[in-house]
This record gives sequence, C-alpha cells and structure tokens, in this order.
Amino acid sequence: MIRIAALLGLLTLTGCSNVQPWVMPYEREALADPLMSYSRDPMMDKHRQHVFDVRAGARGAGTSQGGGCGCN
Amino acid sequence: MAATDLMRRMAAPLLMAAAASLSAATLPEDRAEAMYHSYNGGGVEVDGPALEARQKIGSQVSASANYYVDSISAASIDVVTSASPYTEQRTEYGMGFDWLYGNALMNVGYSNSDESDYTSDTYTLGLSQTVFAGMTTLSMGYSHGDDVVERVDTDFEDSVDRDQFRLGMSQVVTPTIIASVDYEAITENGFLNNPYRSARILGAQVPEQYPRTRTSQAVSVGAMKSLGDRKSAVSASYRFFDDTWDITAHTLEAGYSRYVGSRWIVDLKYRYYTQNAASFYSDNFDRAYRYMARDKELSTFDSHAATARLTWNVFDGRNSGITKGNVGLSWEYLYFTYDDFTDIRSGDLYDFDSQVLQLYFSAWY
Repeated sequence: MIRIAALLGLLTLTGCSNVQPWVMPYEREALADPLMSYSRDPMMDKHRQHVFDVRAGARGAGTSQGGGCGCN
Repeated sequence: MAATDLMRRMAAPLLMAAAASLSAATLPEDRAEAMYHSYNGGGVEVDGPALEARQKIGSQVSASANYYVDSISAASIDVVTSASPYTEQRTEYGMGFDWLYGNALMNVGYSNSDESDYTSDTYTLGLSQTVFAGMTTLSMGYSHGDDVVERVDTDFEDSVDRDQFRLGMSQVVTPTIIASVDYEAITENGFLNNPYRSARILGAQVPEQYPRTRTSQAVSVGAMKSLGDRKSAVSASYRFFDDTWDITAHTLEAGYSRYVGSRWIVDLKYRYYTQNAASFYSDNFDRAYRYMARDKELSTFDSHAATARLTWNVFDGRNSGITKGNVGLSWEYLYFTYDDFTDIRSGDLYDFDSQVLQLYFSAWY
C-alpha cells in the first residue's frame, strides 16, 4: 500500500509537472449548474447519510460528520 | 419553450460568474435551512426538526450554527425480543467557522449530541485548496469525538474516543464531467457495544462483549456528468469499506437529476449496500467466547434504497433581502434482508422495510 502511494506521489511530481489545465474556467458553465453539485441540499444529505450509518457496519468517506447515536 | 430560452439567456451571465468562481475557492453562501424529517420502519419511528443558518462575517469568514432533533419511539426487533419499548430524544447542537485565505478554505467546528444514555462532543478541523487552475480541489479533515455511554436503569458509564481522518480530491475531467475520490479512516477506543443488547449462547441470552478498539477504512470514487442540453445530469459512486472487525462492505449508488420546467428539479437515486459479518458475530453461539455480538448491523446483510426528491425553486434573483427560496420534498424506501440474523419470535431470517420522509425549506440571503 505504502509503495503504491509512493509511486503515485512520484508520478504526480514528475509526470504531471508538464500537464496544463485542459478545461478552462470559461468552459465550466455546465459544471457550475446546481444539478452538478455534490450536495445541493447538505442538510437533507447529511440526514440521509445518518439514516444509513446507524443501520450498517460501514461508515466514512461520505458526507456525515458529528457524533451521537440515535440508532436503536 | 420560448420562456425557458429567455430565462436561460438571462441566467447565462450568472452561470458564467459561477463558472468563473469554480476556478477559485469561495466561502459558502449565506443561507438558512429548515427541515422536518421522519423515519418509520422495523418497529422504529424517528422524527424531528433540523435548523441551520450560515452568515458571512466580512469577506473572508463565514459562521454557521445548527440544531437537530431525533424523537425516537423504539420497538425494534432488538428491543421487543430482549427489553421493553421506549421513547427518547436526541438533540444535537453545532457551530462552525470557515475562513477563506487565497485559494484555501479552512474550517473549524464543534457539535454536541445528547440523549438520555449517550452524550457526544465532536471537534472538527478541515482544509480544502483549489489547485491546477481550479480543476482540482484537494481536501483534508480531522475530527475528534469524546462520547459517554450510559444505561438508564443502572449506574453503568463508560467512554469512547474517536478520531477521524479524511482526504479527498475533486477533479474537473471534461467540461461536463467531474469526478471525486475520498478516503476516510476512523479509529475508536472504548465501550463500543450497546449496553442493552444481548447475544445468544445455545438460545440463552447473555450480555454482548465487543473488542474495545476498532479501526476502519473507507474509499469512495464517484463521478457526475451533465447531459446534452444541461437539463439533466447523471451520477454514480462506489465505496469500499473494511475494518479490524473483519467487516467488508460495498456501496453502489446511481442518480439521475433533471429540470422540469424552469423551477422544478427531480432527483432519483438508487443505493445498494452489502456487507459480511464481523468476526465475533453469531446469531446463536455454540459456547461462550471472549467477544460475542448479535447486533444485526454486524451481521451479513444487503439493503436497497430508492429515493425520489422534488425541489421547487419558489423564487430567484432578487437583489436584496431573501434572494432565493427553495422547497424540497424527499421520499425514500429502504429494504433490508439479513442472511444470518433470525427473528427469534418466528425462527425465520429477519427482513424489514422502512420509509424516510424529508420536507425542506431553504432561503439564500
């Protein structure tokens, strides 16, 4: 795992140094639309994630933060 | 159709400005949100309000505060087979500050969650930085939680310490595709089981016993694509999870969002989740072991969730006061099927379904 991370880091430092941005700011109109937001309504998404988190073994790498249980 | 085209032409300068802002970090928008949420299924009913407000202080700082309530009425299978149904309330307060410095956005936060037998304090630090002409956003975060676990019918009290580490990257791939990778590691030390729940040895109920440490890792990858005329978008994500209790889980999610007319958005989502059991889980142990769990959340199971969300943009674009208002309604159906958790009342493998409702108001100012 550490070797893979080191290799990726090395590639980033060396291989990407000559790469130029290929999507200019003026080309990002579609990406700025609310439909393309990761979480347009964070409160609804946070509650939804909480519903899943308390009913499963897995957690993390989502939008949920904070503590508490509320899980019976 | 002509009206829609006209609105789009009028909105074009705003969208261009928003697009330009994608090349630099920005503070979150000033916004107030209110929600009523309801969960009903598997003998459990949870509902309550949630409130959040955010306000800029000068040009570089944004402050937020939130309040959230779960009113719980529980007669779940765990409760009806080993205890008495009960009601209780969980209340959460939180506050945070975001600080914009160049292309970096830093945030600090604190939240407190309190119920009759569980108290939690969580402290959060975060940093995100846009690089590569705004095409890449890197983020990292750390949270520390101090929990106190109690039993309402005895003087039992124990604690849990929790540390969470997050790394994330969001990448503009093409003018219509954005992708992300997120990693989160969580370590917990302390009393990690439910003090009320029982395991079974040859059918006899005994107190559960969990390890006092747990470390988990989760990696998720996702992408979104704007379709054709920018009236719709699709998204997909996958998350891999594993932990030191030998639970491995996979989560797949797909979504479709679409404008209906100029003021309505419809979101449809499907989520599939599957996991295997923890190494110390059994529906019915053959003898006593050091660690024993019969928590269905640690068993082998699958779940499906289907969501429909409707958002109405009530008004938009006023120059002063409240500049934009949205109303949202979401309905979600969940279905859980367990492979090695028995309903001991019937002897059959357990399954249940539930529904989640959200009614949501948001105002930008």
